[in-house]
Amino acid sequence: MPLLEKASRQREAGEGMPPAPTQGSVTTVPEKSRAERRASFDVADFPMPTGREEDWRFTPMDRIGTLLRDTPSGAHLAVDTELPPGVTLTSIPSARARALGVPAPQDRAAVLAFAHTDHSGGVMHLQIPADTVIADPVRIRLVGSHSERVWGHLVISVGAHSNVTIVVSHEGTARLSEMVSTLVGDGAQCTLVSLQEWSSDTIHAAQHDVVVGRDASVRHVAVTLGGQVVRMSTNITYAGPGGSVEAFGVYFADAGQHLEHRLFVDHNAPHCQSHVEYKGALQGDSAHTVWVGDVLIRASAEGTQTYELNRNLLLTDGARADSVPNLEIETGQILGAGHASATGRFDDEQLFYLQARGIPEGEARRLVVRGFFADIINRIPVAELQGHLMQAVERELAGAGLAEVGTPDEPTLTATLTPTSDPRTADR
Amino acid sequence: MTVLEIRDLHVSVDVPATGGGEAEGPKEILRGVDLTVRSGETHAIMGPNGSGKSTLAYSIAGHPKYHVTSGTVTLDGEDLLAMSVDERARAGLFLAMQYPVEVPGVTVSNFLRTAKTAMDGQAPKLRTWVKEFRAAMDALKMDPAFAERNVNEGFSGGEKKRHEVLQLEMLRPKIALLDETDSGLDVDALRVVSEGVNRAKEADDLGILLITHYTRILRYIRPDFVHVFVDGRIVEQGGPELADQLEAHGYDRFLAPA
Ligand SMILES: Nc1ncnc2c1ncn2[C@@H]1O[C@H](COP(=O)(O)OP(=O)(O)O)[C@@H](O)[C@H]1O
Ligand SMILES: [Mg+2]
Repeated sequence: MPLLEKASRQREAGEGMPPAPTQGSVTTVPEKSRAERRASFDVADFPMPTGREEDWRFTPMDRIGTLLRDTPSGAHLAVDTELPPGVTLTSIPSARARALGVPAPQDRAAVLAFAHTDHSGGVMHLQIPADTVIADPVRIRLVGSHSERVWGHLVISVGAHSNVTIVVSHEGTARLSEMVSTLVGDGAQCTLVSLQEWSSDTIHAAQHDVVVGRDASVRHVAVTLGGQVVRMSTNITYAGPGGSVEAFGVYFADAGQHLEHRLFVDHNAPHCQSHVEYKGALQGDSAHTVWVGDVLIRASAEGTQTYELNRNLLLTDGARADSVPNLEIETGQILGAGHASATGRFDDEQLFYLQARGIPEGEARRLVVRGFFADIINRIPVAELQGHLMQAVERELAGAGLAEVGTPDEPTLTATLTPTSDPRTADR
Repeated sequence: MTVLEIRDLHVSVDVPATGGGEAEGPKEILRGVDLTVRSGETHAIMGPNGSGKSTLAYSIAGHPKYHVTSGTVTLDGEDLLAMSVDERARAGLFLAMQYPVEVPGVTVSNFLRTAKTAMDGQAPKLRTWVKEFRAAMDALKMDPAFAERNVNEGFSGGEKKRHEVLQLEMLRPKIALLDETDSGLDVDALRVVSEGVNRAKEADDLGILLITHYTRILRYIRPDFVHVFVDGRIVEQGGPELADQLEAHGYDRFLAPA
């Protein structure tokens, strides 16, 4: 019998940091099982949270409060799309979205987004036809330009046995609560990348749901670099046996940023797999990241294989990473279940080794941080996006003045820094 | 002609607190080292475990853990101790480490090209670089797939040492400090690694400071000078015959009576 764990909640934080005031275990509302968490389409089921609830205890309530007030808004983000032939994007009423089988909202921000999208242009419905290979990525670019509250909902229907990569990017200034409901048909192969590259004043709450069809395989990638507060909850459920999910994430928090990623993989069907891997870097005063990885293996889910990993790299003092893996197992008939979580400081021995080969300190730091993220970024199946993200990571690094020598695009050195490191493509 | 000159070098480390107690404060490890290494010369430094051999190597290379409390280290008259770690490397110093460090996510080929670019101040010409790189790996009996593995990650002891010598051959320093490059190698690997060092020496008239605990590597890399290192100092110097004596009698006669 492979590793069987009933892991207790644990947290790790930057050394010497006081615990967050909302974190005390005495005031936290207890929860026996992740399965008990409320899910409903009715706003009344989600009273205003106090910040002491299990799912809100890390979130800065004062800053996210604007997305918890029950006020309709006609505002929306600018939408820019690249839709390959056969792919359609239409607007549908929320009642229709619900009839399609989107999972219910799981917190107040999400239920308000669901309740109010009809007033702000309706639900966006992206449809990928069945039995089709869509070679080019589908792109949806959402751009905010004001601080009015926006309620948004994107439903993605991925046809059975199709093969598609979808990139949803978020930029600009916004106060956005968003639901993204991805319904993946049987046997489909789907990659969904959600990029959060907001301006530094944006507040963003998101609930991503992925319903994995029988024998479907899904890769869900969250990349969060920008925004003042980003809180993204990703819930994965299986509509039949044989589904396989990879949920990857990359985040980089600077001074004052709060980036929170919550995952819930609900192994509710037999013979399914999940692999969760999130990596984050933090730098600057009061940079705060939260990663919560809940995995529930229900009694019916025999033959489950699951693994989750979260690693955080503290680049400076004063940053804080909370990491909470949680594995609940209700059946012994599984193939394997494990988790790992580690938060560490920048490794001076790595730096010494690279510098001892003549590589200047700033350059060495960039290499190490790129290396830290590379194994995740390299698994995003859009080459130009890989390059884009590596550059974005470099800009983040440069932002804190860590890049000591040269700028990220210093001409003589960029060629050696391509993530793939293939000399044939690196030197062109 | 390059000269590395070490004069009356004293080095201490901060001994960290153990078991929740007070930090012990600085501990002196090197207690007055004098040594001169010139181009083309091979100096073997031999001494028991814990005598401070790695401390000497790290101090010259500039590891931040080691504090030079007095003495000088110069390379062709330039003050090495005033330079950063990478400046020392670019000045022509190379340290093959006893315990090379893993760098996750950074491939050997990316690492080496970045290092070469930094050393030369410009990116190497792609075609010649790839050719040289392949040839060097081949000579060290390294699988080409090695180039795409992450630096030292999951390497065996022998692979780590080959990788150090690969860097030595590609980066072409003037003076190389080899810290127990022979330890953990079987006889075949020892020969391959030694041949690499000898190639580097021939190609660039390299000056070598060869730190070792055992005499067996001296059968492949002939030293011009042998220094016996005990308790943070050189206690005896001689030619290759000194190594033979050590082989026959061990370090016992150099150790202070208990
Ligand atoms: N970072 C360190 N902190 C504390 N003690 C150290 C440190 N590095 C070395 N030492 C001590 O210094 C002495 C010499 O170590 P080292 O230079 O590694 O010896 P060698 O390489 O000859 O085996 C040993 O007693 C070792 O325990
Ligand atoms: Mg040693």
